Amino acid sequence: MLIELIGINKKYDKEVLKVDKLVLKEGLVYGIIGPSGAGKSTLLRIINLLTPPSSGTYYFMGRSLPANGKERLQLQRNMALVFQNTLLFRDSVWNNVAYGLKARGYGRIEIEQRVDALLEQVGLKDLAARRADTLSGGEAQRIAIARAVAFEPKLLLLDEPTANLDPGNIELIEKMIKTLNSTKSITVVMVTHNVFQARRIAHEVIFIHEGNIVEAGPAEQIFTDPKDPRTRDFVEGRMIY
Amino acid sequence: MKKCFAVILCLMLLVVFTGCQPAVSSAPEPAPAPEPTPSTSPGEEPEQELIDDFITLATTTSTYDSGLLDYLNPIFTEKTGLEVRVVSQGTGAALETGSRGDADVLLVHDRTSELRLVEEGAFVDRYDAMYNDFIIVGPADDPAGVKNVASVIDAYNLIADGGFTFVSRGDDSGTHRMEERLWDSAGINPEGQAWYLSIGQGMGDTLNMANEELGYAMTDRGTYVAMKDNLDLVIVLEGDPVLFNQYGVMAVNPDEHPHVKYDYAKMYIDFIMSDEGQNLINSYQVNRETLFFPGYGLE
Amino acid sequence: MLRLYEGIIEAFRLILAFDPALLEIVLLSLRVSVIAIFISTLLGVPLGTLLGLKPEKRTRLINKIIFTFMGMPPVVAGLIIYLILSRQGPLGVLGLLYTPSAMIIAQVFLATPIVTGLTMVGIRAKGSEIEELARSLGAGSALAAWTVVKESRIAILGAIITGFSRVVAEVGAVMIVGGNIAGRTRVMTTAIVLETRKGNFELAIGLGIILLLVSFIINSILYNIQRGGKAN
Repeated sequence: MLIELIGINKKYDKEVLKVDKLVLKEGLVYGIIGPSGAGKSTLLRIINLLTPPSSGTYYFMGRSLPANGKERLQLQRNMALVFQNTLLFRDSVWNNVAYGLKARGYGRIEIEQRVDALLEQVGLKDLAARRADTLSGGEAQRIAIARAVAFEPKLLLLDEPTANLDPGNIELIEKMIKTLNSTKSITVVMVTHNVFQARRIAHEVIFIHEGNIVEAGPAEQIFTDPKDPRTRDFVEGRMIY
Repeated sequence: MKKCFAVILCLMLLVVFTGCQPAVSSAPEPAPAPEPTPSTSPGEEPEQELIDDFITLATTTSTYDSGLLDYLNPIFTEKTGLEVRVVSQGTGAALETGSRGDADVLLVHDRTSELRLVEEGAFVDRYDAMYNDFIIVGPADDPAGVKNVASVIDAYNLIADGGFTFVSRGDDSGTHRMEERLWDSAGINPEGQAWYLSIGQGMGDTLNMANEELGYAMTDRGTYVAMKDNLDLVIVLEGDPVLFNQYGVMAVNPDEHPHVKYDYAKMYIDFIMSDEGQNLINSYQVNRETLFFPGYGLE
Repeated sequence: MLRLYEGIIEAFRLILAFDPALLEIVLLSLRVSVIAIFISTLLGVPLGTLLGLKPEKRTRLINKIIFTFMGMPPVVAGLIIYLILSRQGPLGVLGLLYTPSAMIIAQVFLATPIVTGLTMVGIRAKGSEIEELARSLGAGSALAAWTVVKESRIAILGAIITGFSRVVAEVGAVMIVGGNIAGRTRVMTTAIVLETRKGNFELAIGLGIILLLVSFIINSILYNIQRGGKAN
């Protein structure tokens, strides 16, 4: 297994997330669904080590976290998070995509090969020389995802990757996520409030409500035969939030 | 939150861009034409309705900083009801201010230039109002040995030959012009010498720098006496007749600048030159020393 | 009005005459202000970045102190440096008073709070977001901090431009600690004050115009770098 969370919770003024147990396996696409403010983004940030949990145990690739210093950085370098607000560096598209490789100290030639190959593979080669601030919303988001996978992380975390995008771009990005998952065997954890999107691309779905994991299971089962009435309300669009 | 930052930023930029005020003494406002006073014809005794009016006096930093004007002017105001607004500058700038009609009356000390400008018609009614004297000050141990000589010429030669620090006003003031003439008389051109610091500042700044740099300076007695307590400098030379410094009082020529308050300027001149005014000048003391002597001092 | 016109003529006459004394004054002005802003940048940018990345509520007191120092009257800054460098002051033995070094110290004292404060505000706008992004892409602390600075370069250059404008136009502090000594510590602003006091208004205005021109050239260079930063 790739990730195991046991008894993780996060408190600010009040508790925003409480996970008794969550196991994520390698190679799958997970969809985390739930209403706004349910704690989905907090869960992603805890997994990416950006937010330390208030208590609990977190195993990533079999190692206990949060580790210190070098080990922590090494573990963090096996995953990447694409934030909800697309933020590209004020630089060329190519340099944006190369950032993670440079951070890992790859040589110039290897960086060139990998970046060129990736841009080719995800169909963004034409954009390589463009300045990041001249891209459209859909293009920027695809570059943000390409940048996050350029160093071939084991785990790709996506926070609402298609919010504010038009249907054409949503389709492009969903296709890109599926390709990355199948060809590079990158595990994907995607937060979305869009149940249809989760159904289209996730193998496993986790439903979070008011900071708790209400139900988790194969996508098909969550959508056709939810066990919990709250899950049923949410996936059938009846939950008022 | 962003708005908040923007507001702070604006405030800061405001602060930044308004923070650097030049330390220039404010230029005088052009004096408005005197109110027509139907009950008074020119030259008559002043009357009560004058109480709100004022004249602008352009003068040198030395008269102002010595406190003399703070002593004289309130008495004039009490007698005439005229407020005196003082613009204190170097003599060069004061003469320029007067020539442009931005003042009504002048009290300055560059007799040669004053007489020339009267000749040229810029000023009228010039009188030798008072004089003071200049002194040479230096470090207490007097490394150049100026105390051993009695003339400025000898003193300047000692300082120049030894290359001892000399701080000069360098601001084209009456004091600076006198100092330059004396260097000239000594046959020395100090400009550009490493030991000669020409600083373009007032008398007080010059004394402060001489104090810090353990140097010599020529100063009017008044400024030195007023600052003595904060200085380690001592008088190394005094009493050479060439060090007498004549002040003149004069009015801006109303034919050149019809808007100046010539009548009031004349009242100020009459006050300074009256027995009472001259006695007041003679009686003014700082640290129990008389700074200015009435009348003409070069005879 | 006539004076202003004559001043403009005088400015061009001075520039064309290529007067060595004037050139010396202009070069000293530039040398002092450029070195001062360079030192202020080295001090202010890292400090401002550090503060800008901390949550605002933890830096409130220091914010207030920095903002207060940003508005410090130059004369007061000059006086403080004067008292420190004066013969009887704590650093009097160094003999720095009335030297260009003293002027640089005073200007660093004036410019560093500006560079720090404006950098901090600029970083705070998006710095934490950039830092997290860099970390999520595998950057260590040093690279993450450098990425934040690089991404905030427009704001930082703005801070540097503002600081430079302040010091190059400043007269109160350099007059006190430099002493306006001809050929040694006379800079453009103190020369302007001097010529004004002497009544040489054309020359004063001429110098003022040259100061504005020099400032315009330096700011144009920095501004072009800044615009370049934006296009990147």
